Amino acid sequence: MSVKAVMDARADEVALKQRRAGAIRSASLAAGFVAVILIVNVLAHGDFLAPGNLTNVLRQITVNAIMAVGQTFVIITAGIDLSVGSLIALTGVVMAQVANALPFGGPGNFIVTLIVGLGVGCLAGYINALPVVKLGLPPFITTLAMMQVARGLAFILAHGQPIPVANSAPFDWLGTGYLLNGIPGFPGIPYAVLVMAVVVIVFSILLGRTAYGRYVLALGGNEEAARLAGINTGRVKTLVYVISGGCAAVAGLLLMARFSSGAPQNGTGYELQAIAAVVVGGTSLMGGRGTIVGTFFGALLIGVLYNAMNLLHVESYTQLIVLGAVILLAVVLDELRKRYLAAR
Amino acid sequence: MTAAAQSVPLLRMSGIVKTFPGVRALDGVSFEVNAGEVHALVGENGAGKSTLMKILAGAQPADSGEIVIDGKPVVIDGPKTAERFGIGMIYQEFNLVPDLGVIENIVLGVEPRKGWFLDKPAAAAEASKVLAELGIALPLDRKARRLSVAQQQLTEIAKCLVRKARLIVMDEPTAALTEREIEALFALIRTLKAQNVAFVYISHRLEELPRIADRITVLRDGRTVETRAAAEMPQDEVIRLMVGRSLEAHFPDLPPVAADAPVVLDVRGISSAAGVRVNDVAFQVHAGEIVGLAGLVGAGRTEIVRAIAGADVPTKGEIRVAGERVVVRSPHSAIAAGIALITEDRKAQGLVLGMTVRENTTLAHLDQFEHGIFIDKPAETEIANTEIAELRIRTPSAEQTVRNLSGGNQQKVVLAKWLIGHARVFLFDEPTRGIDVGAKAEIYVLMAELLRQGAAIVMVSSELPEVLGMSHRVLVVRGGEIRAEFARADATPDKVIAVATGVAA
Repeated sequence: MSVKAVMDARADEVALKQRRAGAIRSASLAAGFVAVILIVNVLAHGDFLAPGNLTNVLRQITVNAIMAVGQTFVIITAGIDLSVGSLIALTGVVMAQVANALPFGGPGNFIVTLIVGLGVGCLAGYINALPVVKLGLPPFITTLAMMQVARGLAFILAHGQPIPVANSAPFDWLGTGYLLNGIPGFPGIPYAVLVMAVVVIVFSILLGRTAYGRYVLALGGNEEAARLAGINTGRVKTLVYVISGGCAAVAGLLLMARFSSGAPQNGTGYELQAIAAVVVGGTSLMGGRGTIVGTFFGALLIGVLYNAMNLLHVESYTQLIVLGAVILLAVVLDELRKRYLAAR
Repeated sequence: MTAAAQSVPLLRMSGIVKTFPGVRALDGVSFEVNAGEVHALVGENGAGKSTLMKILAGAQPADSGEIVIDGKPVVIDGPKTAERFGIGMIYQEFNLVPDLGVIENIVLGVEPRKGWFLDKPAAAAEASKVLAELGIALPLDRKARRLSVAQQQLTEIAKCLVRKARLIVMDEPTAALTEREIEALFALIRTLKAQNVAFVYISHRLEELPRIADRITVLRDGRTVETRAAAEMPQDEVIRLMVGRSLEAHFPDLPPVAADAPVVLDVRGISSAAGVRVNDVAFQVHAGEIVGLAGLVGAGRTEIVRAIAGADVPTKGEIRVAGERVVVRSPHSAIAAGIALITEDRKAQGLVLGMTVRENTTLAHLDQFEHGIFIDKPAETEIANTEIAELRIRTPSAEQTVRNLSGGNQQKVVLAKWLIGHARVFLFDEPTRGIDVGAKAEIYVLMAELLRQGAAIVMVSSELPEVLGMSHRVLVVRGGEIRAEFARADATPDKVIAVATGVAA
């Protein structure tokens, strides 16, 4: 009896320590974040924390954050989606062509364009998933192939040139519009940022609170155990690639709306930015672990860094080095934290 | 047996102890091998043979005990050290690099070099020399993956000899060989014996031992039971020594099966072709009955229950639950029909280790906890806490990650996952492997309780006492087929082992 009591007490202690370690981690991360921001702000003579700049940062990260949300689902299943950068270009080109081809403008034009874009993105995601699910091919390969094919298709469809949207009116609100910008002293919220917020919230709920999200995490943690628990692992897996493709289409729409054109060279290298945001946000490349909110903060951290370095006039080549170091540091710290927890 | 027998033994292991969490795998084993001797090591599954050999090969450290080679005490702290002492290990699953050729595999890790570069001609010469001495021919340029099993084995042997091995451990060397290949292997072993190379020969095929072994050592429950010259140890004596223990009394009394108990699980001639081939297996389990599947590792017992549960899709046959035909196409369809499979490897197949007790408990029945599109977390927590209390799962809370639980408590979480459903058929595959005695007893009590609720249970176990102590009927499996059926009263260890090893029909 006493032995059992002692063991129970020890187990409680372990759990308490775990919670405490988690709290310490969050608190120290937040404190570090705040400290960096304050230092940057002082160095930039207060420009950094100016309201206009903050909305700027948020708008700059929208495309990457939305792509990264979809990428998070894929990475939690221990997969990877390299095709999203090219899908931004392909969906952007297709949507610009659809917007131009439709005989009507207004919200109708916007909605039909969006539906077609989402359809193309989701279909590409589905094609990515097929060989992964049916043949067990590595997603690195299938999405690498899609990365090339989608890019090539975008160039062919656009004849190598950006396609301007003739009547950009239905898209301008999304590209450059602000909500609540009439209030004095308040810069307003870009609609693009609102779209990002909706995507983050919806997919955060999907991952964290629904059975589907639980299955995604279970499959990433142990695919065989998930299968033997009666989960249709093929379907769950297929859907993560469809989600990723759909998110890329939304990101493509934002870019198209912002520049009033769909360009086949858009989004080159964006897939790696998205993966960086996911990893910095604490999602494990081994699968089974990750959150959408973490990914959002990962994208935010990267955006803040870029912005701060611009304000401080850091040369763009140096920026790349800093960004690389931050990605590595984030993952190293996470690994050290895990070892610390395991060793205790 | 040999000239070296009266001098200092090549190898002496004494007082070897090895404990895993919850299990004492080796409990003071002593074992001796002379130069030029073939020493057979036999015992039931889990008796400790593999663990003992892993310690000798430096794959695992012993907790305590002494290893003496050529009369000198040594410390084997890794595979390289073992190799330096002349110990070669050939596991049942070969360790060849599939895409390297025979020569590259033979010299892997000890490649002759010329300055910074590999000396390929020297490697070829070295490999051919060893093979020529043994009088064996191998296609030297062929990749390992394209070799036959026997050729792979010869490559492994040559690999040991290039490293100047004086003691070669072979784990189940004949398991996948034809009779002619076995004859050739034995001839080779005799040749090497004449060159003073010693062998530790691990085998379940007892009928082979008189043909090749000089001495036999029997292990049981992590202890050395007996070492004797092979000529003085007939087969039935080996079997008696392997199982020779009274069935321990920690099994609960199983409620008898009612005479009019309905058939709950009806398996009609199923076959499957994943892993060990399952061939035309048919049996019935009644409400309140446990049917034990006995047999050796690799006999196909796991494959039989996996086919019933849809983990492997059966290629033939029919499964009925409570008279209703079940089309088993996936685990999902089996679960829907009330079949629960408690897999043998809880870490690889039973649990998502990074998830909490709550999340693992509800994983297979999450639809019961859906409230609209959301998971009803309070309801999940409630049922998880109920199971924690009922199964006495030792965990600080339902939010603990299962990775941090002990083996026995992890196994209880696997059980909880299936108990919250409406299963009527429970397939237990090695339900108590690697867990401590206390947790074992609790799981037995739980099985008895399931019987009272009218469940039908199939239990696969490699622990003979468990099969015999916890089954109403015992089916013996060999080669993916059911070879014999015993009622509980007739099922004696000797009879079961005899069928399982192929000594009796």
